[in-house]
Amino acid sequence: MKKTMSKTAVRERLGSLLLIAPLLAFLAVFFLWPLWTMVKASVVDDTVSRVLPRTAAAIVSWDGQAPPPAQVQQALVEDLRQIDDQQALGETVRRLNSAVSGFRTLLTRTANAVRDGRDTTTIDLASIDRRWSEPRFWLAIKDAVPPYTDRNLLAAVDMRRDANGTIVSEEPGASANRLIMFRTFLVAAIVTFACAAIGLPYAMLAAAMTGWKRTALLLAVLVPLWTSLLVRTTAWFVLLQNEGLINGALQAVGLIDSPLPLIFNRFGVVIAMTHVLLPFMVLPIYSVLLSVPRNLMQAAASMGAGPLRAFWRVLLPLSLPGLLSGSLLVFMVAIGYYITPALVGGANDQMISSVIAFYATGTANWGLAGALGLILLLVTMILYFIYGQLSKSPQLLGA
Amino acid sequence: MQPFIQFESVSKSFGSVTVIDSLDLAIHKGEFLSLLGPSGSGKTTILMMLAGFERPTQGTITLEGTRIDQLPPYRREMGVVFQNYALFPHMTVAENVAFPLEMKRLPRAEIAKKVERALDMVRLAHLKDRRPSQLSGGQQQRIALTRALVFEPRVILMDEPLGALDKQLREHMQLEIRELHKRLGLTIVFVTHDQSEALTMSDRIAVFNAGKIEQIDSPHAIYDTPRTRFVAQFIGETNLIEADVVNLQNGHATISLGHDLTAKVWAGPALEAGQKAWFSLRPERMRLGADPAGENALNMTINDCIYHGDHMRVQLRRNDFTFTARCERLAGNWTVGAPVVVSFDPRDCTVLAP
Repeated sequence: MKKTMSKTAVRERLGSLLLIAPLLAFLAVFFLWPLWTMVKASVVDDTVSRVLPRTAAAIVSWDGQAPPPAQVQQALVEDLRQIDDQQALGETVRRLNSAVSGFRTLLTRTANAVRDGRDTTTIDLASIDRRWSEPRFWLAIKDAVPPYTDRNLLAAVDMRRDANGTIVSEEPGASANRLIMFRTFLVAAIVTFACAAIGLPYAMLAAAMTGWKRTALLLAVLVPLWTSLLVRTTAWFVLLQNEGLINGALQAVGLIDSPLPLIFNRFGVVIAMTHVLLPFMVLPIYSVLLSVPRNLMQAAASMGAGPLRAFWRVLLPLSLPGLLSGSLLVFMVAIGYYITPALVGGANDQMISSVIAFYATGTANWGLAGALGLILLLVTMILYFIYGQLSKSPQLLGA
Repeated sequence: MQPFIQFESVSKSFGSVTVIDSLDLAIHKGEFLSLLGPSGSGKTTILMMLAGFERPTQGTITLEGTRIDQLPPYRREMGVVFQNYALFPHMTVAENVAFPLEMKRLPRAEIAKKVERALDMVRLAHLKDRRPSQLSGGQQQRIALTRALVFEPRVILMDEPLGALDKQLREHMQLEIRELHKRLGLTIVFVTHDQSEALTMSDRIAVFNAGKIEQIDSPHAIYDTPRTRFVAQFIGETNLIEADVVNLQNGHATISLGHDLTAKVWAGPALEAGQKAWFSLRPERMRLGADPAGENALNMTINDCIYHGDHMRVQLRRNDFTFTARCERLAGNWTVGAPVVVSFDPRDCTVLAP
């Protein structure tokens, strides 16, 4: 009896699993797998050990002082002789060249010489290219042997390992990832603040209205979200450019003599992003306010609280959960913004996503692109965790 | 005596809909006044105008001789208890009760003392650090009441405060509020659509219908001597019959109920012989069986008997004329279909001009 019952239970559970299987499959293929690929790309560094397996095995025991012993050099020759996949060689060249420049010519020349030479002869690498007598080229190979690396993760925050393996900061000016990341968070914070400053009163107004007025207010905030990005951006061009409506109007009434720079700078980016992200702030606050009974404000008034004090003591604390989740949403979406800063920002307003895009599509440096993406993901997850903790605390949210 | 609160020809319209039509109402200091009426009769609007959430379209409201109808609610010093309690969900019980005192900017030590005393009064001091969502409906109601009392407002307004409670708790709270009213000498204006609530709690009841007061009187008078057909029908249960006044003699009137039935009643001053009138008789004032001293005795037939536990409801019939009587028990030989004599006292009847 018990057995048959558990059997039905198992069957039921299998049935429900089957129902959500398409969703799970979708998540796995289009979310988890790309995410995993990205994470892997940022830490895996196995081209050298894959393409030059003998060299990798031999070089481990080398102390790194003088040029390595002949046995290591012969392993490299043997590896180069065995390569028939030019693409794999290209990857290796790219990987080593990024560590020590000059590797491109060195390895290509050596590979050609090895291929032209006879199979059995021992080749003196230094005679092909004198650079093989310098330990730093061999060191680069040795460094590239371990299949996993923190190189990309460190580079993402402008750090690297020096010759002794200790982590040091990159010289100022060598890379701007930290600066751009800081700028990304700064812009996201400004946008979040602007959205909160506009969104809170707006949501309160919408919640206080009824009928068509409420619908109109909500539509006004949702339409930008539904509008094509290019249309929206073009509209900002029309408004903000030097000959645009705002500058034109200000000049016409004589407030300014020369046009204010409103676009292709930080100001334009913040305005355009606030415009798009406003619904993410307004809607959570609005839905929280809807659940607040209307007569709480009446109750406060009857107990002697004027409008300002009633707002401060009752309405504001009650809308905090919405404000918090709205801020988090806006911030998390804002740090990933790419196209808007690219279109309405200046050279100094590019955010981390454009750097990721540059590495991913411009230089095919998937490792660094993945590492920067990983950092963004981590920040988002930390914020989400903080939010989860905060929403558990009844003190803050009045749950 | 000058009334404590006075409504003078107050009207209130929402758009083209008139909710209150030229109403006069006097509320005395220390009284428990219930505003009773069906939904939409304007009773809640009166309360909202008193609290300041609505402004009269016309007329004035004065409190101790001072006009208040244009004052914002936060200047009126009226404690309001709402049907949904309206406790602040983000504050603890103690913070909720302290809120009106903080608005008065009292010193902190005094606030703490008053909150403690107030919570002791409703025996909920042990819940002071809880949040409203952690309390039962009855406890929330008592906190809402405490919060409305603690700042010693001039009037307490209650908008169907017991509507959301179950029957037993509601009855318990009725007694508790009545007790508080007596002990603290509060002036309470209490809106309800529950007549038994109004009857048990009030000093006076104002019965509302369609934006007008039909009758304002003690519960006793409202029940026993309703002055309009609406009040007779709305309060309690009654047999309401359209009748003819046959003659008037020494303050007594003879009424024809039709079907050869006549009744002697105490006549109201407004009656004239020959006119139509409404005859009202409460079921529990009727006796089954001949009463030698009774001045009214009608021969009828028992049509149906419905058992209600503590009483029986007997349907009486003569041709197509029916009465409902209420009695505690039936004598054994009265069965459905048996003839019976129905008797009642002329003083228990009410005759109302149409």
